[in-house]
Amino acid sequence: MQWETVIGLEIHAQLSTQSKIFSGSATTFGAEPNTQASLVDLGMPGTLPVLNEEAVRMAVKFGLAIDAELGRTNVFARKNYFYPDLPKGYQTSQMDHPVVGKGHLDITLEDGTVKRVGITRAHLEEDAGKSLHEDFHGMSGIDLNRAGTPLLEIVSEPDIRSAKEAVAYVKAIHALVRYLGICDGNMAEGSLRCDCNVSVRPKGQAEFGTRAEIKNVNSFRFIEKAINHEVQRQIELIEDGGKVVQETRLYDPNKDETRSMRSKEEANDYRYFPCPDLLPVVLEESFIEQVRGELPELPGEKRARFESQFGLSTYDASVLSASRELADYFEAVQQVCGDAKLAANWVMGELSSLLNKDGLEIEQSPVSAAQLGGLILRIKDDTISGKIAKMVFEALAAGEGENADEVIEKKGLKQVTDSGAIEAMLDEVLAANAEQVEQYRASDEAKRGKMFGFFVGQAMKASKGKANPGQVNQLLKKKLEG
Amino acid sequence: MHRLTLAQIARGLAAKDFSAVELSDALLARIGQLDPQLNSFITVTAEQARSQAQAADARRAAGENGALLGAPIAHKDLFCTQGVLTTCGSKILHNFKAPYDATVVAKLAAAGAVSLGKLNMDEFAMGSANESSHFGAVKNPWDTSRVPGGSSGGSAAAVAAGLVPAATGTDTGGSIRQPAALTNLTGIKPTYGRVSRWGMIAYASSLDQGGPLARTAEDCALMLGAIAGFDPKDSTCVDAPVDDYLATLNQPLAGLRIGLPKEYFGTGLDSRIADAVLAVVEQLKKLGATVKDISLPNLQHAIPAYYVIAPAEASSNLSRFDGVRFGYRCENPVNLEDLYKRSRGEGFGAEVKRRIMVGTYALSAGYYDAYYLKAQKIRRLIKNDFVGAFGEVDVILGPTTPNLAWKLGEKNADPVSAYLEDIYTITANLAGIPGLSMPAGFVDGLPVGVQLLAPYFQEARLLNVAHQYQQVTDWHTRTPAGF
Repeated sequence: MQWETVIGLEIHAQLSTQSKIFSGSATTFGAEPNTQASLVDLGMPGTLPVLNEEAVRMAVKFGLAIDAELGRTNVFARKNYFYPDLPKGYQTSQMDHPVVGKGHLDITLEDGTVKRVGITRAHLEEDAGKSLHEDFHGMSGIDLNRAGTPLLEIVSEPDIRSAKEAVAYVKAIHALVRYLGICDGNMAEGSLRCDCNVSVRPKGQAEFGTRAEIKNVNSFRFIEKAINHEVQRQIELIEDGGKVVQETRLYDPNKDETRSMRSKEEANDYRYFPCPDLLPVVLEESFIEQVRGELPELPGEKRARFESQFGLSTYDASVLSASRELADYFEAVQQVCGDAKLAANWVMGELSSLLNKDGLEIEQSPVSAAQLGGLILRIKDDTISGKIAKMVFEALAAGEGENADEVIEKKGLKQVTDSGAIEAMLDEVLAANAEQVEQYRASDEAKRGKMFGFFVGQAMKASKGKANPGQVNQLLKKKLEG
Repeated sequence: MHRLTLAQIARGLAAKDFSAVELSDALLARIGQLDPQLNSFITVTAEQARSQAQAADARRAAGENGALLGAPIAHKDLFCTQGVLTTCGSKILHNFKAPYDATVVAKLAAAGAVSLGKLNMDEFAMGSANESSHFGAVKNPWDTSRVPGGSSGGSAAAVAAGLVPAATGTDTGGSIRQPAALTNLTGIKPTYGRVSRWGMIAYASSLDQGGPLARTAEDCALMLGAIAGFDPKDSTCVDAPVDDYLATLNQPLAGLRIGLPKEYFGTGLDSRIADAVLAVVEQLKKLGATVKDISLPNLQHAIPAYYVIAPAEASSNLSRFDGVRFGYRCENPVNLEDLYKRSRGEGFGAEVKRRIMVGTYALSAGYYDAYYLKAQKIRRLIKNDFVGAFGEVDVILGPTTPNLAWKLGEKNADPVSAYLEDIYTITANLAGIPGLSMPAGFVDGLPVGVQLLAPYFQEARLLNVAHQYQQVTDWHTRTPAGF
C-alpha cells in the first residue's frame, strides 16, 4: 500500500528578551544553577507575575511576519501539572486567546518549488526549569535559571508531508525568528525546540491517522531522522495488523529510535483556566503599527527581491536569503563588485565551502564582504583569471593580505595581457613541444580540438596561470594554424 | 494603655505621654499574660518589636510626626514577613521564614508601625471560625467557648482583647468583616485592586484583598491610608490616587441614600440581628440619611458561585506547596510521587484538602463549562446587581452575618452550614466592591455587626458613614469582660 505522511510541528522559540516573561531576572544561558532565579521564578508564596512588554512586542512581530490575525485581547491561562522543575505547579501560558492567530509561512523545497504551510497559532508562555539527574546520588538537582524564560510556541497546521519538508519548515522558522531578532535560534542550547506530531494514512484517504507526538527534537538532522524513523515504525505497525496509539514518544539519537513516554490515558488533565494574577492584555492598533514599522525585510520578501533585482534563480535567492547575516554578506559583496551573479556564485561556492570546512558561521568568515567584492572586481577587470582568483581567495582566508590587490601585487599574480609578452611565451612553449606541433598540424579537425587543450595547459603552466586565457586561446590558435 | 485607639496613641506619642517602647512593652506583656486564653498569636516578635519601637521613638525625637509612627500592630500570618515565620496557619508552612516583606508589611513598617507578631488564622484563609488552623482554634474574647469568626480570627481576637490596637487581615469571602462583626470591631475590605497583594499568600487571587481590623472607623481610615495604593509588583493593583480617608470622616450624612436589600433580611437571618441592624438604620436616619428598599436578586447564587471560583483558584495557587523547595516535606520519600502525595497529604488540613478537591474537580476537562464558566457568569450577574443598585443609592446596608458567634466545634461536622455564614459578605468579593463591618449592638452579650457596601473605590464613604455612626453610639467602645 502507498502511505502518506502527515506532520504538524510545535516549535518552542525562546524569546531573546533581557529579562524573564513575568519577573525581572536575567535570561543569560549557562549561569551557575539558581543564580538567575528570583522570588517569582522560585514560586515563593505570595509572589505575583508582571508581564514583560518586550515579550509581547516580539510575539506581535512574529505574528505580523507570518501575516497572522493578532489576538486583540490576550488572556494568560494556567496549565496545571506537578513537576519539580515547575516551581508554581502550573505553567503560565495562553489557551483560548493566544497573541498570534492563524497565519502562514512559505517554504522553499529542494526542487525549488515554494510550499505554503499554515500556522494555527503562536502563544506566549513561560519556560520551566531543568531537572539534573547526574551528580546527585539518589536525588535530583533542580536549576530554576531557565524557569520563566519567555517562549513563543508556534503551532503549525498538519500541512507537512515529509521529514524533508518538516526540516525545511523548521529552517524557515529558524531563519524568520533570527531575521526578526526575537530568538537566537541556538538549538544546541535549547533556544529553539521542536515537537513533531506524526501520523500516516493510506494515500488518498481524507481523514488523518492516529498521531504520535515526538517531544523535544533539537537539531535539523534529528528532526529528519526522528520523523523518518517514526513514519517507518507506524507503517510497519499497521501493516503487521497493529494500531497506532495516541501517545508521546521520545527520540533517542544514540539508538536512532523513538520510544513511548506516556500514553493518552496517562496524559495530564491540565485544568486550564484564566490566570487571575494577570489582567487581559489589549493590543492597541497604535502598538501594532509601531511594531510593524520595526519589521525588517523578511526572508520571503528578500528572496523575491533577489530574484527580481538581481535576476537570481529561486533556489539561489532562497539559499542567500536563508539567514539575515548571509543575505547581508551577499548584498555587501554585490555592492562592492556590482555583479550579483558572480557575487552569488562566490558566496555559495568558494565561501560556503570554506565556512563548512572550518565549521564557521558567516559572521565569523575570515574573508570579509569587502575583500570578496574587491576580489571579484579584479576578475571582472581582467586583472586576474578565475583560477588565480581562487588562490587569492585562499590567501585572503589565510590572512596573507589586507585585500585582493595587495595579495595580487605581493605574489605577482597580475594577469599578463600584453600580447607581445604572451606571444613570446607561446613561441617558447611551441618550440619546446615541436613534436606535438608537428602532430597537431598533421591532424584533422576533430583530433586538433582535443590536442588544443594540451597547448593551452602548457601555456598556462609556463605563465604560472597569469596569462589572460582568452588571449592565450586566440594567439595560440593563430600560431598553430600557422 | 491597651484600650487606646491608634488615633489616641498618635496623640499620646506626640504629647510624649508615653514612648513607643513603653507602649509595645506593655502590650507584649499583655500578650504573654492573656493570649494563652485566646491563641490569637502564632508568633510574637518581641525583639523585633522593641527595635522597631526604639527606631520609631528616635524618629519622633528627630522631629517626625507620622500618625502610625510607633503604633503597635500585628499581621495576619499570611502576609510575608522577612526572616519571620509565615505559616498561613498551615503545617505545610510550619517552618517557612519568608525571604521578603509583603507590600502591606513594608508600607506599615515604613510608616513606623511596630509589629508585635503574626496572628493566627484559618489554614490558608479557608474558614469562617478560625478552627482550621494547624496551630489550634482561636477563641472569641467575648465568650471563650465560642469562635471569633474567620479566617482573620487571630486578628479579630487580638484587637478585641486589647492585645494590639489594630491588625491586618485579608478578606476573600468575608474574612475581615465576619470576624469583625463577631468580636465588636470595625473592619474594611477595600475595593479589589486597592491594596497590593504582593507578599499576601494567595487563597483565591481574584477575590483576595487585604485590609485593617480595628476598634474604630477612624483607626481603619488611618491604617487603610497607609497600605492602599498602586504597586507595580501586583498586576491587579489599580493605579488610582488614594483618597485622604481621614479628611472626609466628619462629613455630615444629610442626604445619604441607604439601600436595604430585601434579600438580606430573609430566612436564615437571626431576627435579633435583624432588629439590631434596623436600629442602626433608624440612627442613621436621625443623622440625615434616607432609606430605600432595593433588591439584589442574585444573592441566592453567591455561595455556590463562590465555592466554585475560590476553590478552583485555590487548587492552582496551592500547587506550589509540594515539599520540593520550602515548607513541610514528608520523611524519607521513596520517589517523586510519594514526595508529593505525602508532603501534601500530611501538610494540608482537612478543609484545605476539601477545597483543593472541589476546585480540581470544577476545572477538570468536561466540567469546566458547567462549573467554572457558569460561576463566572453568576459573578457578572452579581456585579450587575450592585451596579444597578448603586444607581439608586449611595451605600447598601444589611447584617454582616446571619448568626451570632457559634460554639467551638459546633459546625465542624457540617461545612456547608459554616459556608452559609458568609452569605452576606461573599457578594462584595465576587463583585470587587468595598465593604465594611461595624459594631451594631449586642444579643445575649455577643456582638452584632452591620455591613455597609459602596461602589468601587468609595472606601472613604464607608469610613465616613461608620465614623459618623460611632460619634453618636458607643457599641464600639464596649470591651469583653476579662480583657
